[in-house]
Amino acid sequence: MYTTELQKVSALDNSLSADPPELVAAFEARVAADAFIEPKDWMPQAYRRTLVRQISQHAHSEIVGTLPEGNWITRAPSLRRKAVLLAKVQDECGHGLYLYCAAETLGTSREQMIEALHSGKAKYSTIFNYPTLTWADMGAIGWLVDGAAIMNQVPLQRTSYGPYARAMVRICKEESFHQRQGYEIMMTLANGSAAQKRMAQDALNRWWWPSIMMFGPPDDNSPNSAQSMRWRIKRESNDDLRQRFIDVTVPQALALGLTLPDPELKWNEARDHYDYGPIDWEEFYAVVRGEGQVAKERMSARVKAWEDGAWVREAAAAHAVKKAKRNAA
Amino acid sequence: MIDQPLFHYALRLGDDSLILGQRLSEWCGHAAALEVDLSLTNIGLDLIGQATSALGYAGDLEGAGRDADGLAFHRDALDYENCLLVEQPNGDFGQTIARQFLFSNWHWLFLSALAASKDATLAAMAAKSVKEVSYHVEFANDWMVRLGDGTPESHQRLSAGLDWNWRFVEELFIGDDVDNEMVQRGIGVDKASLRAAYDARIIDVLNDANLPVPKKHRAITGGRRGHHSEHLGHLLSQMQFLQRAYPGASW
Ligand SMILES: [Fe+2]
Ligand SMILES: [Fe+2]
Repeated sequence: MYTTELQKVSALDNSLSADPPELVAAFEARVAADAFIEPKDWMPQAYRRTLVRQISQHAHSEIVGTLPEGNWITRAPSLRRKAVLLAKVQDECGHGLYLYCAAETLGTSREQMIEALHSGKAKYSTIFNYPTLTWADMGAIGWLVDGAAIMNQVPLQRTSYGPYARAMVRICKEESFHQRQGYEIMMTLANGSAAQKRMAQDALNRWWWPSIMMFGPPDDNSPNSAQSMRWRIKRESNDDLRQRFIDVTVPQALALGLTLPDPELKWNEARDHYDYGPIDWEEFYAVVRGEGQVAKERMSARVKAWEDGAWVREAAAAHAVKKAKRNAA
Repeated sequence: MIDQPLFHYALRLGDDSLILGQRLSEWCGHAAALEVDLSLTNIGLDLIGQATSALGYAGDLEGAGRDADGLAFHRDALDYENCLLVEQPNGDFGQTIARQFLFSNWHWLFLSALAASKDATLAAMAAKSVKEVSYHVEFANDWMVRLGDGTPESHQRLSAGLDWNWRFVEELFIGDDVDNEMVQRGIGVDKASLRAAYDARIIDVLNDANLPVPKKHRAITGGRRGHHSEHLGHLLSQMQFLQRAYPGASW
């Protein structure tokens, strides 16, 4: 998921030792009572660090996420699809902006966060390191990736840090349109010509496993989850969210007349859930390490945009200074 | 009987917007800052919306069963009638801004006049679009000043961008038989009559941007009769790829 902890955190980093125990206790009591923590409030250092990491990773995911879909805007097959996709990708860009602003309230600048992304220090969701090969990938991403994002983001509207929670409220309002446009593309293709149906099935085959990996490692292997849950930075476990996503999505796939690339997938009456086959976590960790198929393309595109834009940002800043001087004179 | 001049008039209106919208959408995800990315794609979205209306109207006038998509995705360069300016490559941000500045200022004047057209459909489309284009003008003018006034590098890049695009400004003011008939029937705009207002608008901005007013360039024309730059074919081959590769499919 955009917010799954993808970075190793040292024990020292997570320790509370530097924080006065009475302040920590008061803080934890407020969080337990579901109060929002605001930028000016006292907070443990580890809480601040975890939030900066999570929110900036979320922001980076939104921005890197514009690349795989941006890849098809100029080739969208109708004017309506072009406009919808452009509007969708623009929303994601806006999400990145809200989230960088939320993270800035914790004392890091947008530039610092972007530097961290470009140097490889900060992570972004593994899902965006897969290539978009056909138009059907626009359908699969909207349906599955935005679908998974919604699953993860809805609980975050009640996350303990106020600016983050409020950003999530704005973002969630836009996400359902993203998923709908994706599913609509899949529906059109699944009911289209044989070639279109093949495209749709192929996209589902490629995006299914990476989508369910987005929720992150299984709970028993997710070391920082417990503290994040206690601090209400995270509100539901990886496995719970993953199960909910699968339960909702499988019937949608069947309604399209498509098959899922998991022979072990079947409804379990007793559990009242779908059972699913083993997830290839080795693949997941490889992508986290930066070994995804198009990881290099994604990073070089972001770095290029940033470097090519340096003179533009400098010009805007220089003009603002000159203008202020002229106005003062 | 097809009203040929009116058909071509609507087509040109749509083609200008479509081609520039397509160009701006190439920026998506690659601009200098998120805010700039959002503005460029916002303008692109407006233009694609305008193109959808204008080409839809052209298709109705033609009455041959081609809708906006049919016209957008199934014409080759010879049948595209946009001006040469809008198909110019994005280049760097300076070149993109110079193109936007030169086009949007013309576009605004053109649409403002077209809003008084005797053709009710064109008049309504123009009245709606001109509000959007006011914002495009504001965005482009602001960035002209920022880049022109900003740093030596930005000044130099903007000058180069202006130089690239300036060649295609004359074409915007040259009318042909279609224009003449549309003006006579009270439907179209006398393009030559927009020139003085255009010059006044852009000279103002160029002054604020510390840029000299470029010398009048010999008119390079051809867009309105389907004779384009080498760039348009590549733009179309990308834009039309899926429609061409899967004939008859719906998306
Ligand atoms: Fe998003
Ligand atoms: Fe989304």
